[in-house]
Amino acid sequence: MSTKRTVNVALGTSGLDEQGRPRRAPLTMNEGGTVTTLEPPPALEDALELEGEHMLINIGPQHPATHGVLRLVLELDGETVVRCIPHIGYLHCGFEKIGEYRQYNQVIPWTDREDYLNSIGNNVAFALGAERLFGIEITPRCTVLRVIAMELSRIISHLVWLGTTCIDIGAFTPFLWAFEQRERVYELLERWVGARLTTSATRVGGMAADIPAGWMDQLQHFIKTFPKTVDEIDRVLTTNGIWVGRTVGLGVMSADEAVNYGLSGPMVRASGVAFDVRRDFPYLDYETYDFEIPVGTNGDVYDRFLVRMEELRQSTRILAQAATRLPDGPVNSDDHRVVLPPKSKAMSDMESMIHHFKQVMEGPRPPLGESYVAVESPKGEKGYYMVSDGTAKPVRWRIRPPSFVNLSAIGKMVEGHLLSDVIAINASIDIVMGEIDR
Amino acid sequence: MSGTPIVVIPGSAAPDAPAPATPRHLPNRGGPANPSADALKAKFAGAVQRVEVIWGETSVYVERLKLGEMVQWLHDDPSQRYDYLSDVTAVEYRDPEQPIEVVWHLRSLPYRRFLRLKVDLPLDGKTPLEVPSVWGVYKGADWMERECYDMFGIRFAGHPDLRRILMWEQYHEGFPLRKDFPLRGRFSRAEQLRQALAANPEARYSMEELTVAQAFEDLPEAMRKRLLGGERTGE
Amino acid sequence: MGLTARPSDNLARQDPSAGAGESWVATRLDFLVNWGRAGSLWPMPFGTACCAIEFMATAASRFDLARFGMERMSFSPRQADVLICAGRVPFKLAPVLRRIWQQMPQPKWCISMGACASSGGMFDNYAVVQGIDTIIPVDVYVPGCPPRPEGLLYGILMLQEKVKRERMSDTSLRNEMDPDPKSGLYIPAQAIDELSEPFGNSVHQTRSGL
Repeated sequence: MSTKRTVNVALGTSGLDEQGRPRRAPLTMNEGGTVTTLEPPPALEDALELEGEHMLINIGPQHPATHGVLRLVLELDGETVVRCIPHIGYLHCGFEKIGEYRQYNQVIPWTDREDYLNSIGNNVAFALGAERLFGIEITPRCTVLRVIAMELSRIISHLVWLGTTCIDIGAFTPFLWAFEQRERVYELLERWVGARLTTSATRVGGMAADIPAGWMDQLQHFIKTFPKTVDEIDRVLTTNGIWVGRTVGLGVMSADEAVNYGLSGPMVRASGVAFDVRRDFPYLDYETYDFEIPVGTNGDVYDRFLVRMEELRQSTRILAQAATRLPDGPVNSDDHRVVLPPKSKAMSDMESMIHHFKQVMEGPRPPLGESYVAVESPKGEKGYYMVSDGTAKPVRWRIRPPSFVNLSAIGKMVEGHLLSDVIAINASIDIVMGEIDR
Repeated sequence: MSGTPIVVIPGSAAPDAPAPATPRHLPNRGGPANPSADALKAKFAGAVQRVEVIWGETSVYVERLKLGEMVQWLHDDPSQRYDYLSDVTAVEYRDPEQPIEVVWHLRSLPYRRFLRLKVDLPLDGKTPLEVPSVWGVYKGADWMERECYDMFGIRFAGHPDLRRILMWEQYHEGFPLRKDFPLRGRFSRAEQLRQALAANPEARYSMEELTVAQAFEDLPEAMRKRLLGGERTGE
Repeated sequence: MGLTARPSDNLARQDPSAGAGESWVATRLDFLVNWGRAGSLWPMPFGTACCAIEFMATAASRFDLARFGMERMSFSPRQADVLICAGRVPFKLAPVLRRIWQQMPQPKWCISMGACASSGGMFDNYAVVQGIDTIIPVDVYVPGCPPRPEGLLYGILMLQEKVKRERMSDTSLRNEMDPDPKSGLYIPAQAIDELSEPFGNSVHQTRSGL
């Protein structure tokens, strides 16, 4: 796949704009306001018969551009990366081990803290997996509420990605805009479940709480006003010569490679593979929503940015549809083997009291079996694999971390690029170390 | 607004793939199995031990040494096309009589199928904790197999670089996700901290790293000589 | 100027004999230096997990860390004043944290942000350090999982109060800890074991799974 590619650039034209401010021009700009990526420079051996020593550069574990405690050891030939050896595990906290010591509902707080940008989405994913293991169905209202939760979570996760990537590449302003919108989603979540970041919003068989009165109006207001910010960021970045120049043609993965490396989420879609768990292996009735799956063509950093920007818009679309179809009715399933009966019934009805007692003292017990439920997290296919041996605690709780698999391809992606481009490529993967190391 | 080259394409599913739908009312046992299970049975008659359908998901228990061949066939055969490896992991049960299971989750993106392959490794001391690596088929298996080795001690024959990945390499308390490993580790907290602090944070920041990654041969001759002579760089 | 003296009687580590001969000039100079330091602390965000996201929210537009003179993030420890350890610290990261603390020049302070950094939090297992105070000295602990930005700001204000009460004549504040040559630890092993006793939830697993 050739890395040569031309992108139209608006902000990159030289001279003054309408307001008389100087315009910024990238070095590689053409006459008509386009940027063409340069062909890679000829290999050093061909240009000069120099036997240079390779140099090792260590990035991390504490480095602002590693988005956590990732460590990359880079072997450089001049400024070109010859080999990249990632070291992970600096945030290994034993989530999966602890899951074997907790009942199903008690595991939910851990799902918050594992991919902490997408905590409410993880809550939903875990609850879906546990519900399949218990063999219970959730109510229609709960289904729609969970869709709202997942899409809000996708929005705030992509906003963090956007903000931090902008800082990595050298733009600070979108970070502030993105975080202001995050605060608005935090307000929504806080009114709903009482926490900003670590939500623990679901329970097996339902949600921790129904939405409060007036919440939908606030959500509608958010749906209406949020695309403005997306457009604003779009206007600043998408056709910005500097942004394009620093992202186009980097870290290219072809479609076959992307699938073979197990990439998922925006990473695989930027390479031209329309794999989205929401549509291909649906859950929560996603097949009934009208949304599109943005797909890139080149599989470079710029395409990943475009895919995520478009996903922000599509998530807003799904939110709007979910908000109109939210049915009335109970939130929690009425299967009281798993879901606590209401307090009034537990105090008056014998059977309910027994269910209440059994659940509180022993915890709900699923039948023998196992379930693997995957959802489309902002990073990709997030799977929860649970195995039950009939007791109240899972015998194995496995997290299939999308950014772990996505990051494993970084060695392939940065090969042959400049050291400064490693930062952009690493940022484009959207890694969360809490999820990678678990 | 965004004059972008984003194209929205309807997806790459095969024309006869089933329309996707949210699964509902799944039975605990039984139900329609993934057609690939029968195809595997027909193709590898002796190697498929049993097929279970649990909560609508098909698990195929296969012979340990035949696994690599079967995965390769599932990947290549035009009627299967399992081109996506979701997950590699293992399960150890609380009952020590039950074998450790190594689990592969495969997806066929064109046919929208999901298949679980399992290999039983009895803890009888006679069966080695070793299964074939699928790294040759799926490059994405690299880190997942390393993690499985790190957490369970299961070796993947044919993996190019089977090292610990999450725990540090000098970690010798054992394999954390095994059931005989206590939640808080084998050593006291002070001992764990002492061992952790004794580790040199720059230990892997050296050219020796490259020998592990099979890159040593590519280094310039002069540098190789110096490194073989015992010179340490990078510290 | 309105420069009023602050009561220094609650200084925990002050040597009583050192302050006896201090002149009015020395205390005024202390005040001026501390005032300058407290208002321009450069944080070194050692962000590992969820708390780092809340730290970013604190630094972003709504909560605006710049109001306290801290908007200049110092990602290099060598130009930093305050280590803000935001998030859980596993054993694999312990030597890194220790090294970063050693690389910071004096005077330096440390804020332990969140339950995991302060005590191990909900991660009472084989992988996580039960409180970073077993590795480095901590000045302010901010509770919460994760702490809200307001909580972190309160912790920062508390640290500024602490900075304002330091005295240059008390050099013990600036002493670097040396590890015990025998065990390689900074505090006695018994103390570490005692601090990290299991609390609350079960750490045992029975055959029945209960």
